[in-house]
Amino acid sequence: MSELQQPESYTEVSQPASPQTPSQIAAALQREHADWVSEITTALGETTIVVPREQIVAACEFLKTTPDYEFNFLADLCGFDRGPEEEPRLEVNYHLFSTTRHHRLRLKVLLNEEDAHVPTVTMIWRTANWHERETFDLFGVIFDGHPDLRRILLPDDWQGHALRKDFPLRGYEPYSLT
Amino acid sequence: MSTSVANIPPQVEIVDQPLDSQMTISMGPQHPSTHGVLRLELVLDGEMVVKATPDIGYLHTGMEKLFEYRKYQQGIVITDRMDYLNPLGNNLAYVMAVEKLLQIEIPERGQVIRVMMCELQRIASHLVWLGTHALDLGAMTVFFYTFREREKIMNLIEAASGGRLTPSYFRVGGLMMDLPAGFERRVQQFEDDFSKALDEFHKLVTGNRIFQKRTQGIGYVSAEDAIDLGLSGPSLRGSGIALDIRRANPYTGYETYDFDIPVEHDGDVWARYLVRMREMRESHKIVQQAVSRLKPGPVKADAPKVVLPDREAMKTHMDALIHHFLLVAEGVDVPPGEVYHPIEASKGELGVYIKSTGGPKPARVHFRGPSFVNLSALPHMSRGCMVADIVAIIGSLDIVLGEIDR
Repeated sequence: MSELQQPESYTEVSQPASPQTPSQIAAALQREHADWVSEITTALGETTIVVPREQIVAACEFLKTTPDYEFNFLADLCGFDRGPEEEPRLEVNYHLFSTTRHHRLRLKVLLNEEDAHVPTVTMIWRTANWHERETFDLFGVIFDGHPDLRRILLPDDWQGHALRKDFPLRGYEPYSLT
Repeated sequence: MSTSVANIPPQVEIVDQPLDSQMTISMGPQHPSTHGVLRLELVLDGEMVVKATPDIGYLHTGMEKLFEYRKYQQGIVITDRMDYLNPLGNNLAYVMAVEKLLQIEIPERGQVIRVMMCELQRIASHLVWLGTHALDLGAMTVFFYTFREREKIMNLIEAASGGRLTPSYFRVGGLMMDLPAGFERRVQQFEDDFSKALDEFHKLVTGNRIFQKRTQGIGYVSAEDAIDLGLSGPSLRGSGIALDIRRANPYTGYETYDFDIPVEHDGDVWARYLVRMREMRESHKIVQQAVSRLKPGPVKADAPKVVLPDREAMKTHMDALIHHFLLVAEGVDVPPGEVYHPIEASKGELGVYIKSTGGPKPARVHFRGPSFVNLSALPHMSRGCMVADIVAIIGSLDIVLGEIDR
């Protein structure tokens, strides 16, 4: 019953000084690999890098393994539909986080509607598996090389992609399980 | 051979040998230990789990779609219904993301009340986890004791907001209203009792040898795997990673509170149990500090185009009435932009991504629910364990299906 009296081994977390802010990281990335970066925006304290889809795996791998950046944690991956008349129409956002340096960065890939393919990042972070399935399910983005790309939230025989802007809120017809 | 086999006509060939074949069974969605409507497809070899595949979506209600059709302030009530054991945490993540887009700060008293209510909610959430986790493992008594304590917190939340399970207490730019008179005394009363109750839970569960045997060495996940699988919150800290968003990316003034981050290094169900038990004591500490910091003052930001005016001002001031009308009829005009705001909810990192293209309605709201990501680690954790251990592992992940399916 040692827990009752004195909890042992509380680990105090030190605040590691981040050598670079996310916007500096983005600038450094642009210097080193100019073809990986199409655009950098810093707004509301967050940095977004738009990456061409051919380079997204290389960019993620680089940001994860480079000692000064250490983005070893994929916090989130989500899609966004700009609307049927926009071109490029679809966005995929990657929210990166470092468990050691505690900084965050957003990568963004822009996709055309008729060619909504992007390489998977499941071999870099295994947690991407379900996020990519969700984005496929709700937006119809196809993640090439994904080990198990099935619908996750909606039924397997669902027609269409529910979070696209042209999908009506109440669907096309009542869904029946029978 | 027994008579039943002998009675089968000779043209029927028996290929299935019961002892050396694998069996696929469906666990749930109505199984009581799956904490909602989770279905697991278990491939079993005898009683050993070869593969567990979660099947989710039974509670999917299209909440993220619904956000796009509602004004920003109407979205708050949707967040309540996601992680229904930690609704104030969801409120906080959502309103803070909107506040970030609007670039407004809320006053000191509002921040302190937010911290206090969130930590009370964290304790309530952990109490439900403790009661149901022990219930899953066959200890029924604990459930009654934890719900007795949780009831006190529910009464406090009801006193402040009027709602118990769906408070919607935090609003964009502040709070729904100030705390009722005498609230500090009631919180203090709860705090005095809770320390004793926590000792009681330790006596009931921690020293219980059956509970230890059922949890130690079960559902192991190493530190590297935990990060790779995206685990967060107590599930990550049970694997030896001292990561807490309240420290890593502080919000609402958490950097000024004195609390420890409990860490265990075993990475099993038992370690995650100990982390949560200690977290309740830390939350208890934070609530006490917050109560001592409560000083009279405004709880809403001074932003008339965002925050609803007081009732009294509406009756006496023309401009307050106009602002009220415009806010209710047309909503808040949020400038274009995108934010991702993470907070430390009771189950892990709760991140809200909001994309605005201007106007009163968001273009996209995405919730990174900790339960969603933590559950995706279940196949990794449950490989090679027994069927009965699956229940212990699900309990240790502390999932809420409302947040997973959204």
